[in-house]
Amino acid sequence: MTSLNLEALFQSKIDEETKIEPKDWMPDAYRKTLIRQISQHAHSEIVGMLPEGNWITRAPSLRRKLILLAKVQDEAGHGLYLYSAAETLGANRDDLVQQLLSGKAKYSSIFNYPTLNWADIGAIGWLVDGAAIMNQVMLTRTSYGPYARAMVRICKEESFHQRQGYEIMIAMAKGSPEQKAMAQDAINRWWWPSLMMFGPKDAESSHSDQALKWKIKRKTNDELRQQFVDVTVPQAEYLGLTVPDPDLRWNEEKGSYDFGEIDWEEFWSVVKGNGPCNKQRLQARNKAYEDGAWVREAASAHAAKKEQRKLEPQLATKAA
Amino acid sequence: MKNYLLQLADNALILGHRLGEWCGHAPEMELDIALTNIALDLTGQARSLYQRVAELEGIGPDGTSKTEDDYAYLRDAWEFRNTLLVEQPNGDFAHTIVRQFIFDTYNYYMCRALTQSKDEWLAGFAVKSLKEITYQLRFSSEWMQRLGDGTEVSHAKMQAAIEELWTYSGELTTPNEMEKEMASKGIGVDLTNIKREVDIKMTEILAASNLTAPADTWMQTGGKDGKHSEHMGFILAEMQFLQRAYPGQEW
Repeated sequence: MTSLNLEALFQSKIDEETKIEPKDWMPDAYRKTLIRQISQHAHSEIVGMLPEGNWITRAPSLRRKLILLAKVQDEAGHGLYLYSAAETLGANRDDLVQQLLSGKAKYSSIFNYPTLNWADIGAIGWLVDGAAIMNQVMLTRTSYGPYARAMVRICKEESFHQRQGYEIMIAMAKGSPEQKAMAQDAINRWWWPSLMMFGPKDAESSHSDQALKWKIKRKTNDELRQQFVDVTVPQAEYLGLTVPDPDLRWNEEKGSYDFGEIDWEEFWSVVKGNGPCNKQRLQARNKAYEDGAWVREAASAHAAKKEQRKLEPQLATKAA
Repeated sequence: MKNYLLQLADNALILGHRLGEWCGHAPEMELDIALTNIALDLTGQARSLYQRVAELEGIGPDGTSKTEDDYAYLRDAWEFRNTLLVEQPNGDFAHTIVRQFIFDTYNYYMCRALTQSKDEWLAGFAVKSLKEITYQLRFSSEWMQRLGDGTEVSHAKMQAAIEELWTYSGELTTPNEMEKEMASKGIGVDLTNIKREVDIKMTEILAASNLTAPADTWMQTGGKDGKHSEHMGFILAEMQFLQRAYPGQEW
């Protein structure tokens, strides 16, 4: 079959909603796009452990501490499934991790913001995981089978993450004036970065059209962002907290909210490495990797020794 | 009874807290998950024990009853009864594994004996926890061998960690007055009985790991009676920060 025919067959499968599986033929650009997207997602899970991990030792109750530990652990698990999904496309986990550590690969910019008070843990669950879910629910229907299936599993855990985040926000918003102030401070800092999570405006998004045609994505950045605002604003109102956007108002005609312009200068600046924690996050990942090198080497050396010891008696018998 | 339960709980809480410090920073993603699992199990055990203490204490003279969090967040260092070992810093991964292995070996035989406690609640708690603790001992024993019998570098790091932490191993199996009394009632574990099994297991795993315990080590004690190392105050300052700064709030 010529590559033209192969490509037509591939697109017809996509149009018919048949999932693409690892052994199926696929255009190189489809494979590359997926490896990039899935590995960025995996990196985001791993880097995302840091801002929340920052509060594990200071969680204010044993119950909260257990929930937070379990949540951050889930993120490590999500990172692992996603690296595995990328490996089904021929990528190698170690290479992907190296790209993260060298700063070549991107991860979600949201994790380059610091967690400054306990309500940030609530705001991350509610807003950041909430925004991630919008995207991930869409991805459960993505055209690449292993990615879609990984997303189904991840989405179940993410919805628990979002619930626990909102539950923290409720406790804080109903609490003492200081707790309410912490909650408002958290939403003030996390609101705009959460809207930025959906990426550039459709008109400026370089990967969007092809990704939609291939059904890697099924909704545009702006559609998802609008959906997030519409769902989240009433939740903020329920909490009695203010969303830091003076231009936010209900638009009766279109049946959704109008909202202000994102500070795109900040968005690009953080993408380029100038967010408040870009350096610290990469340093932390690199430190864990370097400090752990002797452990990984020892584990391989020990496994090799064990294998050798298993073989030695067999060789001795053969020689005899 | 209350103090016996608190001692078990405090060991679990403080070691779980230390392991939680690793979260996101472990040498491998798989290890991150495993260490967090152990932290979750230990913190869960501490919760059950604190809840039981609160239940036993009942309603106080002021008409209120205590919660699990009162024990974790509102006691000062001298009221904590955990052993010195579990409050030692994580250090490098070798220190964490050696600390874990010393504790797990004690904890496994202690918990196994505790399943025979005359106190029904405690025996039930021990049966439930023994599954988790068995996994913990397997995990740390395997890593002792991987790292002790891995590369020259890993061997040296492990041996150094043992030299440093061994001084805290004796306290685990040396009963204080309260433990003696609880053992005599058949409620607590007679530590002199399990010491032999603990020693045999330690010797077996150390040998399999190519590691040696230092001879004639002075054994530090005191944690069980509230005399802690200087690390304890910092653990509590961090752990209790929100409860202390904003007292009486729901979180």
